[in-house]
Amino acid sequence: MPQLDSAFAALSDPTRRAILVRLATGEATVQDLARPFSISQPAISRHLKVLEEAGLIETRINGTARPRRLKPDTVEALWDWLGQYRTLWEARYARLDDVLADLQEPATHPEDHQ
Amino acid sequence: MTTKLTLDGDTRIIVTRHFVAAPDLVFRAHTEAALIRRWMIGPDGWSMPICDCDPRPGGSFRFGWWDGKDARFHATGEYLEVAPQRIVHVERMFLPDPTPDNHVDTRFAPDGHGTHMTLTMTLPTAEARDAVLASGMPDGLENSYARLETILAKV
Repeated sequence: MPQLDSAFAALSDPTRRAILVRLATGEATVQDLARPFSISQPAISRHLKVLEEAGLIETRINGTARPRRLKPDTVEALWDWLGQYRTLWEARYARLDDVLADLQEPATHPEDHQ
Repeated sequence: MTTKLTLDGDTRIIVTRHFVAAPDLVFRAHTEAALIRRWMIGPDGWSMPICDCDPRPGGSFRFGWWDGKDARFHATGEYLEVAPQRIVHVERMFLPDPTPDNHVDTRFAPDGHGTHMTLTMTLPTAEARDAVLASGMPDGLENSYARLETILAKV
């Protein structure tokens, strides 16, 4: 699963996550993307290359302009992947909340105590 | 209460959660088998017929899950550190082949009248970390990979 590995690796960097957040509001050029960050345009270009190779963004060719935009399908697949893992833990911890409530008020739930 | 999931670098997963109970109770729920088997289960329908643990440094544990029909898997692990506000252990799942060792550091910090829990999993490789994330898929690891491959093939 090279693409998933590289997508997670791409997401592990805070600047790249910020770039994705920016692109979630619409396509943007390298210059647009470099503006809010205190790093050089070549550095932003390197981040964009990582994101593009991971399949998270794509380049649109518009004359001489090369705006980048999200690839929604990949982002959705990743979100689905992480969301389900989070859901597993959330379901467990919701049960743990009940266990903890019982431990604090044992008289309320006598049937749970053998 | 919200469970927060963060990926750190290529190999770590950090799970954080607040509990409305003091750290000593949250610790007990993580170290007493009778309590663990009530919550450390998968999606609805799954249960934990095997739940043995010896929570002390050098002690081991064995957990087994069953969907009530034909799916089951188990995990084993060893405790490295067991203190009231911190549990460190390594674990692996058998699917049926063993997965790479997952190093898990669980901390229970007082937070008002409750507990702020931080669980940090460290895997040996990025691939192993992704496999752990895949284990959250309710339809099983293999099906999940197949499903994700289908999704990725379309992009």
